[in-house]
Amino acid sequence: MNKVIRFIPLVLVIALGVVLYRGLSLNPNEMPSAMIGKSMPNFSLSTLNNANKIVTKADFVGDIVLLNVWATWCPTCKYEHPYLLELSKNPQVKLYGINYKDEREPAQQWLTHYEDPYQFSVFDDEGLLGVKLGVFGAPETFVIDHHGIIRKRFAGAIDVRVWRKEFEPLIKQLITEKQQGK
Amino acid sequence: MSEFKLFNRVLFVVTMVVTACFAVTNAQASPVETFEFQDEVTKVRFQALSKELRCPKCQNQNLADSNSTVASALRLDLYNLLIQNKSDTEIVDLMVDRYGEFVLYRPRVSSLTYVLWFGPALLIFIGIVIVIIILRKKPISKENLALNSDQKTKLEQLLSGSADVSSTSKSASEHKEKE
Repeated sequence: MNKVIRFIPLVLVIALGVVLYRGLSLNPNEMPSAMIGKSMPNFSLSTLNNANKIVTKADFVGDIVLLNVWATWCPTCKYEHPYLLELSKNPQVKLYGINYKDEREPAQQWLTHYEDPYQFSVFDDEGLLGVKLGVFGAPETFVIDHHGIIRKRFAGAIDVRVWRKEFEPLIKQLITEKQQGK
Repeated sequence: MSEFKLFNRVLFVVTMVVTACFAVTNAQASPVETFEFQDEVTKVRFQALSKELRCPKCQNQNLADSNSTVASALRLDLYNLLIQNKSDTEIVDLMVDRYGEFVLYRPRVSSLTYVLWFGPALLIFIGIVIVIIILRKKPISKENLALNSDQKTKLEQLLSGSADVSSTSKSASEHKEKE
């Protein structure tokens, strides 16, 4: 019995070591979204290109939607922009933007300068739609299914590799769900 | 004398630079928006909630501390919710709905957080139990410390320096010499 007790501290230290070692390789910024499986929140905001045109949730529900949160102050958004242009030609999804905590003029210039990949961008200068969606920062991309349910949130830049690994399987699944009339 | 003047001048410059640095950091640290509150209670509630809620982006700061874009958006949202006369619990529930339990600096008691809430108390309890067990172990009794009759006679022999003992020490020293 005494011999067993003598080994308890060793076992505890090894267990602690394993836990802490695992912690070293975890990314504390990788937060799960609490919005997965929830309905896309309601909103009523103007589009980036037309301050008089008000859009709501109804304007993009029904398709399989990619909702990309972007801003001119966000350098990673610039990095992913060429791939977003590529995605805008993908017939399987419709790409919409949320121009998050930004100013209208520089954002419009950005789209003329780098080309506009979005069907339209919602102008969310106060970030309140972002807050409703549980946005942490930019860039972030949400996948919304044809019922308006948020199915995925991805934080960070999208490129070919990320698209194939993170998005393609889900998009395929959503397409079959839509075809089956689910 | 001139040396003293020079020292004073250097001291003056250093003080100015240090104060300027502090002034700059202070200016950067204060969030830029200003909110107007209808009454003092709402203001206090706003301050309390923005200290209680955690900034999702900069994880070791609360909403009141942080300069990040998401924190400023959340402060505005919090203000709007307060203006709409939402209760504190409603607001907190709404934030948890969007960002998860993570936004709370004081996690709720749930099966996931039992370890956090009750772990320390449990550890203290275990510690107390161990201390009690150790203390209750029988101390070495006085009977065991006392010498028995054999040991007593041997001790007396040693103290009186009998021939028997000296001969053994002698043989020991001889033994050493041989080595």
